[in-house]
Amino acid sequence: MPRLSADRRTEVRFTLNGRPVAGLAEPRLLLSDFLRHVVGATGTHVGCEHGVCGACTVRIDGGLARSCLTLAVQVEGCTVETVEGLAPGPARLSVLQEAFRRHHALQCGFCTAGILMSLDTLLRDEPAADKARIEEVLGGHLCRCTGYGPIVSAALDAAERLSEDPGAGDAPEERDGDV
Amino acid sequence: MTEPVETLAARPKSVGARVRRTEDPRLLAGQGRYVDDLAPPRLLHVAFRRSDMSHARIRGLDLEAARGAPGVVAVVAAADLEGLAKPLVAASRMASYHGTPLRPLAEGKVRFVGEPVVAVAAESRYLAEDALELVDIDFEPLGTVIDPEAAAAGDAPLLHEEIGTNVLVERRFRRGEPEAAFAAAAHRVGGSFRFRRKSPGAIENRACLAEWDAGRGALTLHSASGIPGIVRDALSEALDLPGHRLRVVAPDVGGSFGGKGSLYPEEILVSLLARRLGRPIKWTSDRLEDLTATSQAFDEIVEAEMALDAEGRVLALRAEVLGDTGAYSIYPWTAGLEPVQVVGFLPGPYRIEHYEAHVRAVATSKAPTGPYRGVGRPAAVFATERLMDLAARKLGLDPKEIRLRNFVRPEDFPYKIGSGIVWDRSGFTECLEAACARAGYPALREKQRQARAEGRWFGIGLASYAELTGIGSKISVAPGMPINTGTETAVVRIDSTGGITAAVGIASHGQGLETTLAQVVADELGARLEDIRIVQGDSDAVPNATGTYASRGAVLAGGAAILASRVVREKLLRAAGHLLEAAEADLEARDGRVTVAGTDRSMSFREIARAVYSEIGRIPHDKREELEATRLYDPYYGTTSSATHVATLEIDPETYRVTLGAYLVAEDCGRIINPMIVDGQVHGGVAQGVGAALYEEVVYDADGQNLTASLVDYLIPSAPEVPPMTVLHVEGELPATLGGFRGMGEGGTIGAPAAIANALSDALAPLGIGIDELPATPERLFRLIERAQQRQDNQSTGEER
Repeated sequence: MPRLSADRRTEVRFTLNGRPVAGLAEPRLLLSDFLRHVVGATGTHVGCEHGVCGACTVRIDGGLARSCLTLAVQVEGCTVETVEGLAPGPARLSVLQEAFRRHHALQCGFCTAGILMSLDTLLRDEPAADKARIEEVLGGHLCRCTGYGPIVSAALDAAERLSEDPGAGDAPEERDGDV
Repeated sequence: MTEPVETLAARPKSVGARVRRTEDPRLLAGQGRYVDDLAPPRLLHVAFRRSDMSHARIRGLDLEAARGAPGVVAVVAAADLEGLAKPLVAASRMASYHGTPLRPLAEGKVRFVGEPVVAVAAESRYLAEDALELVDIDFEPLGTVIDPEAAAAGDAPLLHEEIGTNVLVERRFRRGEPEAAFAAAAHRVGGSFRFRRKSPGAIENRACLAEWDAGRGALTLHSASGIPGIVRDALSEALDLPGHRLRVVAPDVGGSFGGKGSLYPEEILVSLLARRLGRPIKWTSDRLEDLTATSQAFDEIVEAEMALDAEGRVLALRAEVLGDTGAYSIYPWTAGLEPVQVVGFLPGPYRIEHYEAHVRAVATSKAPTGPYRGVGRPAAVFATERLMDLAARKLGLDPKEIRLRNFVRPEDFPYKIGSGIVWDRSGFTECLEAACARAGYPALREKQRQARAEGRWFGIGLASYAELTGIGSKISVAPGMPINTGTETAVVRIDSTGGITAAVGIASHGQGLETTLAQVVADELGARLEDIRIVQGDSDAVPNATGTYASRGAVLAGGAAILASRVVREKLLRAAGHLLEAAEADLEARDGRVTVAGTDRSMSFREIARAVYSEIGRIPHDKREELEATRLYDPYYGTTSSATHVATLEIDPETYRVTLGAYLVAEDCGRIINPMIVDGQVHGGVAQGVGAALYEEVVYDADGQNLTASLVDYLIPSAPEVPPMTVLHVEGELPATLGGFRGMGEGGTIGAPAAIANALSDALAPLGIGIDELPATPERLFRLIERAQQRQDNQSTGEER
């Protein structure tokens, strides 16, 4: 295991949403701060820095993690996925993201990045997740705007659409302002 | 042949439709831009050394070590900022009011744990926080001021010596002859109701970024704020900069709930430092700072008594209210904002002839209180609705029946309540009837009979309330505040490419105003939704703005957008008249085209705009006019939103956990612009009310330390705690506001604490327990139930003897 010096910056390399990234990090630098302020990937949000609110949730090597409780140097060589990587392409949304829009499962949008990461992972790992299971996973996140009900509805809707067409990586394109 | 104009009214309208939000694609894809996402070149980061003392004199400061720390560019305390900013004082027209100065850093003494004392600007936030460790402050404790009743007494330590008292506001309300009414009453009910302190809990912490343009002598402040217009005007005064050299922008903002609805010391501090250092300066609050230094709310003791006749009609109401407002009178709303409105709204939606109330707002050595979703109404409705249920129980009436007997009736509107607030026509009775019908109220009572027979604690709670929304210029939204909050300006423009921009002074922090206002503009102009962009949250967009608060967005900005759009539509039709060689009366605008009615001759808005602005000779030279209008709207009085909530719940006899069953809201918010967004506001408001009722409480110990300074200790409801909800919209007679809109952003939080308190009291009625303190945590319920059971045991033992 490499030894890191507390006052020296170390180069950290990992894969972020399919692309290689590299940057310098002191050992104490949080992954959330590295993503946001070194890489410039500001889609991941920071709400509490003590692991409760869940806004900063990302995927590391396929598993969920709070990026505010992870040091940047810990993801050396890992595969990291964030909200910026969920959509299948520019100006398109994933099935889950589109369901969020349809069900008004976001208002201010600040907690949304972390919730999307958790539910995207749930639907990938447990395609048949039911309402109780979705609520359980959602219980690891705080949202002050929606009252959670619409988020559960969106996840159930997305789960159903994905089960009808498991290959559907993305939702059909819908124009802004469509009813 | 021309088609009758009436067909226009029959076309499908955008207003009223479940339009998906235009904000969502960027927010869902991680492409939102919140303040902390902004990083201009040469950015410096600020961290604050905050007071760890509740009330103390600053005897000495040693900043030298911090100034020499790596990466540090500046370390400043109040003395270093002397003369750079004029202190701001929230003003009031109330005779008894005492304002307190708002300064960027504590001067001379500190008055709450979390108050900023020293600011460090450094190359990174990490380095700034390192340097904080090297700051040495010598404090001399001055005595904490924690208990509001003790604070109001004459011998308490004074937080602001120059005022000579900790009572910052005192007011009396009186109508009729309350003493005589109480003397003649067949029944009286009363209680002392305690609503504990809350934190707004937006998931995005506050943040602000100041940039000084030395070449132009201009400052731009990006702030996670709901009131960029008020911040602009206040900074203009504090920094002596005219508005055209001072721009305040609230970009995407991650919720406010009131916490981002006031001016803060940090916004002044980063502005001063940016100007002084010539580099951009950003401060982003962490959660500890948010829970200790963002405005808190709802800390009240309401002693209230109600007099009723033999039939259960309320004759009189009297109340003594003590509001714990924390260390400062918040800018610009004042310390009167919350407690005075508790007294203002206590009479509720009921006909109560005689009213008397006395209210005091006292300063304590805690974080300042400020606006919070519902302001004043949640505590008022909690007290009044508990009294209604106590009276119903005393008279043997059903809670529904006693409310029906006392509501202001349709023929009574407009009705002035004892505090002077006037209710315009609103569906008080209709909401209660709709809620009970949908909830299956008789069946719920039957379910309760069965539960009680099994010894289970199952309760049903009703709460009815009215709120004043969309308040115009007749009164300020904060009692006594001299700032006009009753007007809103919209600028609507069609540019030379046919793009439509509507700029307003309000600021969205999750309400979806970019969508709802576009719906309003689309209908008025006959435009396509996707051609409209709403500019909001930018003080440069309109000449005068305040922001979003007090459930005013739809009413005021919607009204202003309607007025401006109508003028632009007239201009557009005039131009089209020339271009299509048709009479204006024969033209109709729809889906982004102007058509000569009954023909196939038409032009798109884009073609018209190009002809007007860019093409020579298309419009007679003396008829060319800009396709733009600025209009101000003032609803003057405001309008009454109302609702009834129905809560059902069961208390676990082992853990005292409260499980909420299906929750129902029937509300009258006038014409609905977007039902999806209205439902969303109600859902979120109820969830916040659930927190207020059962979980959320800011706790200060006797030393003034905040014991709930993390999200592990300050409990915001998560998904399993929030019940499934149904929202019914009772759209009765529309109000006189333009568009027929009423405000509805806060109601959920107003009704839920009272409905849940009534349901808990209903569940525990067999034990003789009434809930008079919120949040009703498992610990509080345990103590109440233990005491009641001991009482019952003692009684039965006594009987046996």
